[in-house]
Amino acid sequence: MILTKAQYDEIAQCLVSVPPTRQSLRKLKQTFPSQSQATLLSIFSQEYQKHIKRTHAKHHTSEAIETYYQRYLNGVGRNGSAPVLLELANEVDYAPSLMARIILERFLQDHEETPPSKSVINSMLRDPSQIPDGVLANQVYQCIVNDCCYGPLVDCIKHAIGHEHEVLLRDLLLEKNLSFLDEDQLRAKGYDKTPDFILQVPVAVEGHIIHWIESKASFGDECSHHAYLHDQFWSYWNRSCCSHLATRSSARLQTDQH
Amino acid sequence: MAAVLESLLREEVSVAAAVRWIARSAQSSEDDPGEAAALRSLRPLRKEFVPFLLNFLREQSSRVLPQGPPTPAKAPGSSAALPGRPGGPSRGGRGARSQLFPPAEPSSAAAAEAPPARRGGRRRGPGPGRERGGRGPGGLEEGVGGESPPWAAGRRRRSSGSPGSPGRARSDPPNLSNLEEFPPVGSLPPGPAGTKPSRRINPTPVSEERSLSKPKTCFTSPPISCVPSSQPSVPDTSPWGHGLPPGCRSLQEEREMLRKERSKHLQQSPTPACPTSESGSPLPSRTGNLTAEAADPARVSSRQRLELIALIYSSCIAENLVPNLFLELFFILQLLTARRMVAAKDSDLEPTPGAPDSLESPLFQSVHDCVFFAVQVLEHQFDKGTLKLLAENERLLCFSPALQGRLKAAYEGSVAKVSLAMPPSAQAVSFQPETDNRANFSSDRAFHTFKKQRDVFFEVLREWEDRHEEPGWDFEKGLGSRIRAMMGQLSAACSHSHFVRLFQKQLLQMCQSPGGTGGTVLGEAPDVLNMLGADKLGRLRRLQERLVAPQSSGGPCPPPTFPGCQGFFRDFILSASSFQFNQHLMDSLSLKIRELNSLALPQPEPSDEDGESDVDWQGERRQFAVVLLSLRLLAKFLGFVAFLPYRGPEPPPTRELQDSILALRSQVPPALDVRALLQQGLRARRAVLTVPWLVEFLSLADHIVPLLDYYRSIFVVLLHLHRSLVLSKESEGEMCFLNKLLLLAVLGWLFQIPTVPEDLFFLEEGQLDAFEVDTVPSEHGLDGMPVVDQHLLYTCCPYIGELRKLLASWVSGSSGRSGGFVRKITPTTTTTGLGAQPPHTTQGLQAQLAQAFFHNQPPSLRRTVEFVAERIGSNCVKHIKATLVADLVHQAESLLREQLVMQGQDGGDPAQLLEILCSQLCPHGAQALTRGREFCQKKSPGAVRALLPEETPAAVLSSAENIAVGLATEKACAWLSANITALIRREVKAAVSRTLRAQGPEPAARGERRGCSRACEHHAPLPSHLISEIKDVLSLAVGPRDPEEGISLDHLEQLLGQLGQTLQCRQFLCPPAEQHLAKCSVDLASLLVADQIPVLGPPAPRGLERGQARRLLHLLLSLWKDGFQVPVPLQLLLSPRNVGLLADTRPREWDLLLFLLRELVEKGLMGRPEIEACLGSLRDAQWPKDFSEELATLFNLFLAEPPMPEPQLRACELVQTNRGTVLAQS
Repeated sequence: MILTKAQYDEIAQCLVSVPPTRQSLRKLKQTFPSQSQATLLSIFSQEYQKHIKRTHAKHHTSEAIETYYQRYLNGVGRNGSAPVLLELANEVDYAPSLMARIILERFLQDHEETPPSKSVINSMLRDPSQIPDGVLANQVYQCIVNDCCYGPLVDCIKHAIGHEHEVLLRDLLLEKNLSFLDEDQLRAKGYDKTPDFILQVPVAVEGHIIHWIESKASFGDECSHHAYLHDQFWSYWNRSCCSHLATRSSARLQTDQH
Repeated sequence: MAAVLESLLREEVSVAAAVRWIARSAQSSEDDPGEAAALRSLRPLRKEFVPFLLNFLREQSSRVLPQGPPTPAKAPGSSAALPGRPGGPSRGGRGARSQLFPPAEPSSAAAAEAPPARRGGRRRGPGPGRERGGRGPGGLEEGVGGESPPWAAGRRRRSSGSPGSPGRARSDPPNLSNLEEFPPVGSLPPGPAGTKPSRRINPTPVSEERSLSKPKTCFTSPPISCVPSSQPSVPDTSPWGHGLPPGCRSLQEEREMLRKERSKHLQQSPTPACPTSESGSPLPSRTGNLTAEAADPARVSSRQRLELIALIYSSCIAENLVPNLFLELFFILQLLTARRMVAAKDSDLEPTPGAPDSLESPLFQSVHDCVFFAVQVLEHQFDKGTLKLLAENERLLCFSPALQGRLKAAYEGSVAKVSLAMPPSAQAVSFQPETDNRANFSSDRAFHTFKKQRDVFFEVLREWEDRHEEPGWDFEKGLGSRIRAMMGQLSAACSHSHFVRLFQKQLLQMCQSPGGTGGTVLGEAPDVLNMLGADKLGRLRRLQERLVAPQSSGGPCPPPTFPGCQGFFRDFILSASSFQFNQHLMDSLSLKIRELNSLALPQPEPSDEDGESDVDWQGERRQFAVVLLSLRLLAKFLGFVAFLPYRGPEPPPTRELQDSILALRSQVPPALDVRALLQQGLRARRAVLTVPWLVEFLSLADHIVPLLDYYRSIFVVLLHLHRSLVLSKESEGEMCFLNKLLLLAVLGWLFQIPTVPEDLFFLEEGQLDAFEVDTVPSEHGLDGMPVVDQHLLYTCCPYIGELRKLLASWVSGSSGRSGGFVRKITPTTTTTGLGAQPPHTTQGLQAQLAQAFFHNQPPSLRRTVEFVAERIGSNCVKHIKATLVADLVHQAESLLREQLVMQGQDGGDPAQLLEILCSQLCPHGAQALTRGREFCQKKSPGAVRALLPEETPAAVLSSAENIAVGLATEKACAWLSANITALIRREVKAAVSRTLRAQGPEPAARGERRGCSRACEHHAPLPSHLISEIKDVLSLAVGPRDPEEGISLDHLEQLLGQLGQTLQCRQFLCPPAEQHLAKCSVDLASLLVADQIPVLGPPAPRGLERGQARRLLHLLLSLWKDGFQVPVPLQLLLSPRNVGLLADTRPREWDLLLFLLRELVEKGLMGRPEIEACLGSLRDAQWPKDFSEELATLFNLFLAEPPMPEPQLRACELVQTNRGTVLAQS
């Protein structure tokens, strides 16, 4: 699916300072009924990530962490089953999963002798049942399932999308009888950085020689693409009769004119 | 200059600052202001510092080390000394090379005083020196302790600090022109007790006109044109051929006597003396004295001072501030291998009490000091080729165990080997049919004349080959008139060009091989073997001489020579003395040089698969070597012919004369625009190709050449390049290490050539900068590629081998006494002689036949055959890899699987498994050679046939095919026999780790892991979509949610149905996604059990009805049982958090949980004990009291349950009416 720059800007406009929750996404869908949920979510996710990258630091000062932790303690002290952490995150305009991580880290500092390792934290976020405090476990879980841009579940979804699109791309190449080497084969040959596929015999698409294909399985925004390249990708995919793929993925093709 | 050194010693100035000071003109900001001030005052002296330091070290060491050959090195003489030429260009070059670095123009008045003293020394020096040398022992003794030699006086002056000595005012450098003190390398310095008649080997010819100048010697080597007795049968290897000063000839007699003397010594005591000290080396008779003194680190005197000087010295080396890297290394190794010290008790050498740290006291007071200093320097510098010998030197271990460890590691890690195997090159007289064509000639007459000339030429050549080694045979006398007669017949210009082409081709063919260039006389090596049975006296005598004085390329810095067959071509040119011929030759050489220099040498493909690309890359490297060696040869001859008219033994005697010559010469355009070629080469990053031949060209320049603006600018560029080639710097885009080393070696050698003015190296930086060349790398050039290998380095710079010989001599001298001289002779003869022996085996004959065959065919045939052989050989290796090796890997895999089945899952230690497999499989690698041969046999002929023109005669075609098969087989088999085992090992290892990994985590699950059915069209929903959907359900259930939000029952059922499809299809499913789906499904089940899922209903969102919930749970249970292939974390159902969900519901619903647990057990998803354990741990958590009680009841209930579930189900339904309280009561 091709999205014009204007459409994209319009969507991005609606996403300023919106919490990454189910409700926000629903509203977005109502505003742009013609766009698929996947497209909107992808754009949402990317815009939100840019936002987080900008503001990340201010949530990680020791003062901020202390403030958040105290607010959390007060909140659950009043009512343990209220969505304290989620609301806190939304209020300070931070991703719920990331807020959950801050509070969890802070909590473990209080309750364990040694500072928690990253892998312990990650494991607890993946499975909050491991969190020693029942209330916190529920709060963290709530944050994670309500966050549509960060957290282990979202990461898994992104990973799955990447994998699916690689499979689709491979099928497409096989279907078109294009001989290629995939990432595993390339790695076995000792390439350190590999695109998804290298075509053993380059093909020409719209006058451009294509040597390799990389499926990013995410919305190709301006940060990663020049607009004209954009059009080339989309037209490539459109011609390959796979609109499904096109909605979600932008494949980066290395074009080589030399 | 001494002031600088002293301030260093006093630690007023740090070494780092001093090195910066020497290397750069600009004040560095890093400098400490105090240091800067101290150095600024000495600024005018800066460029003199390095020469001073080098001379200082030589001088110091010569006192303590009289026994090893002192490294001839440099010493400032004085160029400014000549009256009337202050500030003029250096004239030092006209004198001995023993004065490489004349001090810069004196800046103080003292300079005016110094010259006469030095001149006097010069005048006297050579005279007595020669006489002593001629007389032998007695004279030598005098040299050490006597009064007369000026150096002795100078030394006393310095050590006693006596004021008023003329040289004192400016820290008079040692008089390097004195051969006694700084004999050419290869000779022995005077020793005590007259036991060392070594001097005579490098006699200094004295002629009338030289009486005022220093002997004309290359300061680094035996005097030019009186080259050592090592090649007695080639009396004249100097570039200038028979234009020798008469004095040299007369020396023959002296040599003769000395030889006799030496052979007497030889008979008396086979000496373990080293090959390096060869030239004179009757170190013999006093075997006792030869014992190397044990060096003891504890006995080092003034350690700190030595450390400091070592540090600054090695910094200078590292920064390429010394003109010749290898010379310095040679010097260091000499110090390291110093056998004993002499004259330690000489009163002159007594350390001056009270001033231990000043320059007044001798630096090296004992062998310990020498070794300590050498080791200090070596800690900073290594030379690769000599690692092993260095590592074996016990003194090193003693003084620096750490350095020895590093050397050992470097040696073991070094794959560089010096092999002498080179592609066979045709030594036979070649025949060039394509130039014979009548169409190339203007007339029948010219055609026939040329034919005759060819015959004459080859006749002359053959005669030379047969007779040039005979004593008394003289080129000019034997062949001169015939050559001139032949040249006289070459009337037409076109005949000249034909002849020149023939000449040049023959030159390339005969001299390209190492045997032709490497300092060995062609054909001499086989003689060594043949003559064993010969009884010709002359031959035996020559053998004897060779044993006494093993071959040497003439020290670490020999003068340019024309070894081997090159001598023929040089003599031919000289004898012909034909202007036309020379002009045509220059034209032709220039053309060929341009052509080869711009030859696009193939670039290596980025290594596709390690290993095989080696096969191709070796070929490329060999091609580079051939081109480089050809260029060097051609350039040398071009230089020879181009500068021939101007050659002369001496620079012009007066400034006026020189100026007029300069004015004349600057009008003459260069024979070849080498400056442009050099600049091009630097820009294109091909210096590694261009500079070595340019050096050869320049090495034959006459004395005036370096003074000409054109050539001076070239020298400046080379100097700049030299300075920039810091070996330790290895960054992106830098030159490869060995490439740099080659350039440093050839440049260092060039800077030591007699005709190169010694002050050139120490130019002011300003001049350097002015000529800075834009070396911005435009593209990837040859410089960045490892085109030079160890072998090429040694071929181009045989003098590097001197380092090795020096060390080898130490090894044989110190540890292999009984081995005597066989041991010491062997290395030199084998390295320089036998390796170049033309093959006499049938194989060698075959190769010669093949060469001959190609000579008679168009060059394209040869290229085709070589190309085919190259590609087929390379393909053969790949073929073996794809067939034989792949089969073996399959075998390995099945063997491994058997092994694993036999030994159970863990299979044992992988390394051990690998060993077992390799020991079984590697022997099969032997088949590779047979198969490789078959492959080449099968594939090559077709390829040759396809590539050659159709009219190729059948016999030629079949020969070409056979040669191609042979070459391809040779290439492939060479690689295979060397690498097949390693290749199999590598592949098997990869296969083993693959198999073991695959075996890894859940071997049981693997077996039954299934993909989707063949009929599947992969229309199942994508896993990412499902995770996203389930996540939405979870988030709705967990809240917060709007009052009207909920999920329809249909949607839930549909979702679980889709999950089932996806788990069936699996096309898009990856393990992490499946794991998350499993976990989400468990979370979903927990929410169902706790009735937390808000269902959209006609009235309002509400809980699910019990039946609906059970249906959904059933769906989940069957997915867990049959759908998922990853472990489902079912124990999470009983985690405190999920069970805790029940605590929030009022009234509590326990029956769904009980139902779920029962179903889990029934479907075999969880065992009862597992569930009991989970329930048990649940009790440990903190719950509200009532909840704990209910939990305990549930637990009891579950425990009490008999295997038959039916009645309990009813009981639960009963419970349902009264909710929790009833349950608790029951």
